[in-house]
Amino acid sequence: MENILYKDTSSSPLGATLQTPSQTVGPYFAYGLTPKQYLYDFKQLVGNQMVSPIEHEEAITIVGKVFDGNGDVIPDAMIEIWQNDGENQLFGRFGTGTDVQNRFIFSTIKPKSVDGLAPYLSVIVFMRGQMIHSYTRIYFSDEAQLNATDEVLNAVPAERKNTLIAKKKGLNIYEFNINMQGENETVFFEI
Amino acid sequence: MQMSNITYNQFDREVHPPYLAPEYKSTILRAPTKPLILLKQSLSELTGPVFDDFNLGEFDHDLTKNSIKNGEPLGERIVVHGKVMNENGQPIPNTLIEIWQANSCGRYVHKVDQHDAPLDPNFLGAGRCMTDKDGNYKFYTIKPGAYPWGNHYNAWRPNHIHFSLFGANITNRLVTQMYFPGDPLLQHDPIFLCIPPKGRDLLISKFDLDATEPNFALGYRFDFVLRGHKATPFEKI
Repeated sequence: MENILYKDTSSSPLGATLQTPSQTVGPYFAYGLTPKQYLYDFKQLVGNQMVSPIEHEEAITIVGKVFDGNGDVIPDAMIEIWQNDGENQLFGRFGTGTDVQNRFIFSTIKPKSVDGLAPYLSVIVFMRGQMIHSYTRIYFSDEAQLNATDEVLNAVPAERKNTLIAKKKGLNIYEFNINMQGENETVFFEI
Repeated sequence: MQMSNITYNQFDREVHPPYLAPEYKSTILRAPTKPLILLKQSLSELTGPVFDDFNLGEFDHDLTKNSIKNGEPLGERIVVHGKVMNENGQPIPNTLIEIWQANSCGRYVHKVDQHDAPLDPNFLGAGRCMTDKDGNYKFYTIKPGAYPWGNHYNAWRPNHIHFSLFGANITNRLVTQMYFPGDPLLQHDPIFLCIPPKGRDLLISKFDLDATEPNFALGYRFDFVLRGHKATPFEKI
């Protein structure tokens, strides 16, 4: 990647201006953003196979649910996962409206540790009832050593750290639930 | 490798809506309640998916054509255009814009939409386009209708188009809605009114006679401003 020299452009002809406000993704995103998953007749750009599990024997599965403040499963959330460990750049997107248990499911490969930090996936959470999306991260329960020394995890209150750690549930399967509220409210980040 | 001393601005909370806005009832059980934890932006935040090698379908940018079955979709044909830039005023080229909306009667194709208004067999209401090298985009569609929703008694959403943008990296991610000038429903819509007053006008498109195509389509202009980066110059090492 080339170095790019950024400079102050506040005097550009367009001038500095305000950010466009966010609005909710609403309940009807499926045919625009995840059409193939929801069986609409429109080409889909990205889905939940960030890598093909057939072509990558090291592929992992991330599976989970999103819960509201009553502990009910949210059936109309959309989850995006992005990962970049300097080697692999992978992106996936999946809505919680098609699985019979309203789970999100992704196939990807586990990212590498970068600069001695614990490996993680970046997660963006959208849903009706969220005016602005949420950012969180997925860490891995079988990286206990790196997790213990990770500066991001250590910046999180100790009692909430486990909300960021996906539990290994079997060979190459990790479970990561997202709680919007409550005792186990997932840690969300300001990035 | 990515230079570590570029940092992108955070969300400007003076223009973005809060998580919790009880007038919009669905936020009550879905808004995070604990403070966000500040994260130092690293490689993963400072990069994001790139779609510039994706071949858009021939009519992805024309919702009046991309799902024709037996005729033209019904409703008022419009052309929407504008620029995607960051807070520093720099245009963002080659970025993906995804679009979805109701048809002219206020009905979404989505299976859970129960509004008693007709579907249009020739209108899906989904599309996408890319910004060009100067950050400009343009697409054709049918002006979406207003529709009722269950938030409160006699609640109606104003006419709007949904957008999803990626921008330069995942800090730039934006999902939003564009409204139309002079819509009387705006002043009654909790989703619009959740935006702090300083930000509201930013989501209302402008009627654009110059972009209006004679005998064909009314023009509207809508610019997107994504998060900028700190304007700190640094030297190439």
